[in-house]
Amino acid sequence: MKVAVSSSGESLDSEIDLRFGRASYFLIVETDTLDFEVKPNEQNMDLPQGAGIQAGKTVVNCGVEAIITGNCGPKAYNVLESAGVKVVTGVNGTVKEVLEKFKKGELQYSVSANVEGHWV
Amino acid sequence: MIITVASGKGGTGKTTVAVNLATIAAEKGSVELFDCDVEEPNAHLFVKPQNITKKEVSTMIPSVDIALCNLCQECEKICRFSAINIVAKKIMVFADMCHSCKGCLMVCPTGAISEGARQLGSVLTGYSKQGFKLTWGELRVGEAMSPPLIKKVKDEINNLYNLISIVDAPPGTSCPAITTLRDSDFALLVAEETPFGLNDLTLTVEGLKKLGVPMAIVINRAEESKGIIDDYAEHENIEILGKIPFSKEAAKICSKGLFLVEEMAEIRAIFQKIYQKIYCKIVKTENKGEIK
Repeated sequence: MKVAVSSSGESLDSEIDLRFGRASYFLIVETDTLDFEVKPNEQNMDLPQGAGIQAGKTVVNCGVEAIITGNCGPKAYNVLESAGVKVVTGVNGTVKEVLEKFKKGELQYSVSANVEGHWV
Repeated sequence: MIITVASGKGGTGKTTVAVNLATIAAEKGSVELFDCDVEEPNAHLFVKPQNITKKEVSTMIPSVDIALCNLCQECEKICRFSAINIVAKKIMVFADMCHSCKGCLMVCPTGAISEGARQLGSVLTGYSKQGFKLTWGELRVGEAMSPPLIKKVKDEINNLYNLISIVDAPPGTSCPAITTLRDSDFALLVAEETPFGLNDLTLTVEGLKKLGVPMAIVINRAEESKGIIDDYAEHENIEILGKIPFSKEAAKICSKGLFLVEEMAEIRAIFQKIYQKIYCKIVKTENKGEIK
């Protein structure tokens, strides 16, 4: 299964980036093999607003089935949901640790955004 | 003639200065007061306006006819605010991100996009007991952007030579304050002698220089000795038009929603001087403009 994980670095040992819209990177991982591709998200770091929407589109366009992240706001959730991408929030640790939990079925999908959107 | 009362830092006394200045100005000629702090308007608490009228105002957002949309993404490409998006072969509009530029309407090749509306809030007017008109905005709860409503309040300004419009600006130096200050003939900056006050005053002065708006300072809750605002004003060559003394009596009067110029002779004299100086400055600037 192909999933996206918001990550603070470019390897599986990197810590999860708790932010979705302004995550440093997305790692697009094949959960069976742990093969992955790095998607930088720096174009979103300086956006005054709409980072969640843009990040949502990035992830949707990668063709993943799920996104694993720390926090996901209402607009990003809306984009992901309308594209049928499942969302896991509230995780922390390294990307590898989180993926192991995910594979064991220890993580639950969210049914809504877990944080408010915010405006600069 | 538009005189905008601004500060940078919040709570320095913009509204106190605006309503008292309007009261003095109303004794000399025609004046109208505008409260552009649409997120937290408060001039009406002093003015206690009568004969209030209220109109709801909205801003344009795209309304999409899905049957006509061919998912070409032209609207998405032109939108700088992610307000209109194609996600998984569906078009999504985020109304609260839209800045009403109408770019999407213009580029849509199939005519799928028409003008919809997002409620901004209300524009209200009423009259003070002194007879001047107050116009203010009340932002809809949940609306994230105040500049569109501020523009609607400013649309009510009649910029005539013999009519003084006094505008109470929102705090800060971001879009709401800049939207309010733009097109002003003069900015009166209410400063406070604290490090925060000076920092935010400096930001506002930098902004006004870019906007090309002439300015002067009034110090509120001023200490008797010279302070950090005096030093800054001297360094920047900005005139200090008056100092409102730090006074418990003044604070009490304001807390009751009364006008300082009607309750304290000392402060009335200060405001008269401030008004006179601004009037002379504006007339001088205007004459220069005519010679050009």
